[in-house]
Amino acid sequence: MTRRPGFLVYGLLGAFVLGSVFPLYWSFLVPSHGNDILTDKVPPLWPGGNFLANAQQVLDTVPFWHAMLNSLIVSGSVALSVVVFSTLAGFAFAKLNFRGSNVLFVLVVVTMAVPTQLGIIPLYMAMSEFGWAGHLQAVIVPNLVSAFGVFWMRQYLVDAVPSELIEAARADGCSMIRVFWHVAVPAARPAAAMLGLFTFMQSWNDFLWPLIALDQNNPTIQLALEQLQAGYYVNYALVLAGTTLATIPIFLLFVVVGRQLVAGIMQGAVKG
Amino acid sequence: MTLTQLPARRPESATPAVARRDRWAKLDLKVSPYVYVAPFFVVFAVVGLFPLLYTGYVSLFDWQLGDDTAKFLGAGNYTELLTDAQFWNALANTVSIFLLSSVPQVIVAIGVAALLNTNLRLRTGFRMGVLVPYVASLVAVGIIFGNLFGVNYGLVNSVMDLIGIGPIDWQGNRLASHIAIATMVNWRWTGYNALIVLAAMQAIPPELHEAAMIDGAGPWRRFTNITLPMLRPTITFVVITSTIGGLQIFTEPKLFSAQPGSNTGGSTNQFQTVTLYLYQSAFENLRLGYASAIAWALFLVIVVAAVGNYFLTRRLSR
Repeated sequence: MTRRPGFLVYGLLGAFVLGSVFPLYWSFLVPSHGNDILTDKVPPLWPGGNFLANAQQVLDTVPFWHAMLNSLIVSGSVALSVVVFSTLAGFAFAKLNFRGSNVLFVLVVVTMAVPTQLGIIPLYMAMSEFGWAGHLQAVIVPNLVSAFGVFWMRQYLVDAVPSELIEAARADGCSMIRVFWHVAVPAARPAAAMLGLFTFMQSWNDFLWPLIALDQNNPTIQLALEQLQAGYYVNYALVLAGTTLATIPIFLLFVVVGRQLVAGIMQGAVKG
Repeated sequence: MTLTQLPARRPESATPAVARRDRWAKLDLKVSPYVYVAPFFVVFAVVGLFPLLYTGYVSLFDWQLGDDTAKFLGAGNYTELLTDAQFWNALANTVSIFLLSSVPQVIVAIGVAALLNTNLRLRTGFRMGVLVPYVASLVAVGIIFGNLFGVNYGLVNSVMDLIGIGPIDWQGNRLASHIAIATMVNWRWTGYNALIVLAAMQAIPPELHEAAMIDGAGPWRRFTNITLPMLRPTITFVVITSTIGGLQIFTEPKLFSAQPGSNTGGSTNQFQTVTLYLYQSAFENLRLGYASAIAWALFLVIVVAAVGNYFLTRRLSR
């Protein structure tokens, strides 16, 4: 195991990474030149100078900044809410003894496998009834909690918080919510950050439900991208400029926290 | 607040204040856990479980969007569904795309994980590298691959032309369109799943490999006889999650269509999936009752497939 792997391993992995990156690079390459490279026999692999012009056209065609802000509000609220409720419930399941806790936790696990997406029709009927359709709360409220989040925080807190610490704090007269705040929350921070990050990205990507619940005047970024594409003739330089613009913030986030993201996925795999 | 003060020393005689405090502490201990788990269960019941169950109720009616005079049909929507060729077509497409994406994906993910599980230089760089597709949204992936698999000017056909194959009609040909859509899914998720498998590989005790090596087992035998069986729970997990997600696939086929905005999944529904048909029935044909029946049928298919996969993966990797 300590021997360095040979050229073949690097070659195969390098090819895999190249394949992973290339489609994203292509979505930058096309708008940086223009639609004419789509008809080239051998397209140039070096970017041209038209990206900003195409990006400007995106901003003129769809309410891009409005959509970005909407996505930020939606994903931010959903991530915050999921983290708060999951940490609370996860703490209770991990560290507190209460009647029915085992049954309730099994329910949480079962819930993870329920395809709630299939409930969109009554959900849409309810949203129109409340007059929420077209407003951001229609895409925030259905995602306020996550079974996976509860499961994830519970698995983490089981080991992260020593039970003796909780008992000591209780014996000193700490109320339960203060124990939660001063003992569980500091310990939960790394797992909570991961959960927040995953939830944010998942919510940012969401398409089916926002497509139903919102309209073109008040879109999320994914709806704005679909709107860009939805002409009879697809102007790929324009549409791919849009996807690139929308991917840049997530890509920057990935550059900053990618290492932790990798660690989080691997940690979740072993714990889960 | 006397309740939250820290009593340094407890007086032996219980004064009324202390008794009240003790009673409060007991109540706090008893009730708090339920208060902490309640938000999850209440919200899930309202926005998750109830809509799913109510879908079953709606499916018994002829319920038009924007019309309050729903007519009770009983099992009418379901009998229609059983003889609806478009539904069976969509189900076949969904299963085909699912198989084309999940089977190669799991195999390649195990291979990539094995490559990553060597003593690499730039280890973190490679791990981040395989995760890059995860930053692209599904909509972006649908648009980008729709372009790459373009029939006339797509890069895939251009490259294939250079080596003397094709051109392939990635939109019109049923199997080709399934392969193109499965490629999107595989592109986005293989690296992610490779990291999950890698984590499981690293959890295998090295003594097992060392013992087998002493017994003269080569790398391939050690891989098939130690690594694969030890990966069983993880592979089961990956397969089941990809079953639940894969059978609901919607965004990729919707964005892949050469007629943007359409819900038909190609001119002859050649790549319309069940969820896309559900969407079309509810929000284009405005038949909420019928769409609900589709939703419940799909729910049943997912349950059967997830349970079936569970037993299949257990048997295969035993």
